[in-house]
Amino acid sequence: MSETVKVPTMAEYMAEGKKPEVLFWVGCAGSFDDRAKKITKAFVKLLHNANVDFAVLGTEESCTGDPAKRAGNEFLFQMQAVTNIEVMNAYEIKKVVTACPHCFNTLKNEYPALGGDYEVMHHTQFLKSLLDEGRLTVEGGKFKGKRITFHDPCYLGRANNVYEAPRDLLKKLEVELIEMKRCKRNGLCCGAGGAQMFKEPEPGNKDVNVERTEDALETKPDIIAAGCPFCNTMMTDGVKSKEKEDSIEVLDVAELIANAQDL
Amino acid sequence: MQYIPNILFVIALVAGIGYFTKNIRKVIRNIRLGKDVDRSDNKGERFKNMAMIALGQSKMVRRPVSGILHIVVYLGFIIINIEVLEIIIDGIFGTHRIFAFLGGFYDFLIASFEILAFLVLVGVILFWIRRNVIKLKRFWNPEMKGWPQNDGNLILYFEMVLMTLFLTMNAADLQLQELGADHYIKAGAYPISQFISPLFNGMSEGSLILLERSAWWLHILGILVFLNYLYFSKHLHILLAFPNTYFGDLNPKGKIDNLDAVTSEVMLMMDPNADPFAAPAEDEEEAEPSTFGASDVTDLNWAQLLNAYTCTECGRCTSECPANQTGKKLSPRKIMMDTRDRLKEVGDNIDKNGSFVDDGKKLLNDYISPEELWACTSCNACVEACPVSISPLSIIIDMRRYLVMEESAAPTELNVMMSNIENNGAPWPFNQMDRVNWSNE
Repeated sequence: MSETVKVPTMAEYMAEGKKPEVLFWVGCAGSFDDRAKKITKAFVKLLHNANVDFAVLGTEESCTGDPAKRAGNEFLFQMQAVTNIEVMNAYEIKKVVTACPHCFNTLKNEYPALGGDYEVMHHTQFLKSLLDEGRLTVEGGKFKGKRITFHDPCYLGRANNVYEAPRDLLKKLEVELIEMKRCKRNGLCCGAGGAQMFKEPEPGNKDVNVERTEDALETKPDIIAAGCPFCNTMMTDGVKSKEKEDSIEVLDVAELIANAQDL
Repeated sequence: MQYIPNILFVIALVAGIGYFTKNIRKVIRNIRLGKDVDRSDNKGERFKNMAMIALGQSKMVRRPVSGILHIVVYLGFIIINIEVLEIIIDGIFGTHRIFAFLGGFYDFLIASFEILAFLVLVGVILFWIRRNVIKLKRFWNPEMKGWPQNDGNLILYFEMVLMTLFLTMNAADLQLQELGADHYIKAGAYPISQFISPLFNGMSEGSLILLERSAWWLHILGILVFLNYLYFSKHLHILLAFPNTYFGDLNPKGKIDNLDAVTSEVMLMMDPNADPFAAPAEDEEEAEPSTFGASDVTDLNWAQLLNAYTCTECGRCTSECPANQTGKKLSPRKIMMDTRDRLKEVGDNIDKNGSFVDDGKKLLNDYISPEELWACTSCNACVEACPVSISPLSIIIDMRRYLVMEESAAPTELNVMMSNIENNGAPWPFNQMDRVNWSNE
């Protein structure tokens, strides 16, 4: 993974007196989690490929506060939110794109009341819009004909009713898109939401990610597609627990598109 | 003497409706114990939701079997109530089938009531079989043990008895009409009870009148008893589903409200011009310090309390809950049942003492344990599943807020996650200065 991608920061843009078309909100997982960093890179490659004028906040970005809020720490959430909003408003940000549905939901729904009003898009929505505008071409490439099932992230699907953008992109890859028995608004959680990612589960008889992975395995997929770094981790762990990691890959929609074109 | 039945009827009617009204006022009083929340916006969208979800049963049919059976029972309930209007007028004035003058239309009405009554009977029997013979899992979860299970069955028995009485009454009436008995004018069409009627062949006119009158009286008294049973049961949803869908949360499901009390504190902390030693303003001193989050029902808002009274314990939420499916203690239905049980307890306390006297109990711990609250993934499956727009999730989040902000009682790992965010702006212990390192790794 030792390849450098060019990522301009807002501060650099500001110094040049320019404003980018869109702010790419990387998120904590996208910045620090080894698996999620690959998703971040894939998305950046797609942005470059489509000649999107974008920037990141870089060291000025901080956690949106989502896990704190869902854990019940409204103080910490609002402290984070107000700080982030101050930074974003100083840069006069209008449009934000993020590859994390949790950041997406928080920025879109919970920041406006605190003074942070932006047009917020999930990266699958953004890629879909690039596709519609003809700036991005999505071709089957090496995934053509593969069996792929898409796991709906709760914070993209049920929480914000975005079901079609990731599917539209996958269909463009000319793959065989197979739905799990529980999908879209009935999709089962991967088990990471509501701050569960950061703690051991309560006593029970099964892990949620294993239950969800079983749903996915029933479709006999070559690839499980995800749209969230946390879902990605949970599904990857689930596949490992079923000892299927040699035959089934868990990939983000952005990775699928970037890899299909060998970007 | 001849007016005794009329008088008895009016007494029963007044008592039945009076007691029901008294209890409904208690329900409204209890709901108003909740904190204020503004749900007066977007009236058009709210009416639309009520029309679609409550009146139109749009979310019920997402599970087709129970959904269609429910529509049959629901339509039967609403339409057969037109017949209750006639029964009430007949009861008060001592008339018999006062609407018979409608002629062919009356035949049509009675025929539809009969068919619906029969379908309701079938539907209710199938519901009973689903609960007691097939034993669908969601009706046998731990929180259903005891009263909730009996409550569900009692409601079904009530409906079976009421429909049977209605059809028996008509069957006896039909016999009497054919005998040309006094008072029993030829009216109505009886597509169902014509098959019951032969059972009474050969009975004397006196016995038939006794049978018809008994069925008539038991039917209307049964309705009044059932009406009053609602308050003590989960069955209030037949009324509250309407206001509850109207007042439902219109925001995207992912949006959790930002606590205003916290916002003002945070803004003060962030304001470089704020004087940290300033004396509180006059009016602030009087105000009760507000608690963050909810430890008891009075910390919840009225919409959440209305949710609790509306819940009819169908368990669709729990059957969709990822935590519950994987054996965790959390059941979103139990969150709603506990909230209602505790609210009733607080209400009874107020009735007994004039105002609430501390009973040493709370919704938190005495009803809902932290283990249940921490098992939630906030995935919104319960909210999506509810056919009447209840949000168990909003109560779970408010109770977590209390645990974390008032009691600092989060699980250790979450405290670690939160101090990471506080110290370095990420849930993991990575330096904020390293946030773009990924670009050249």
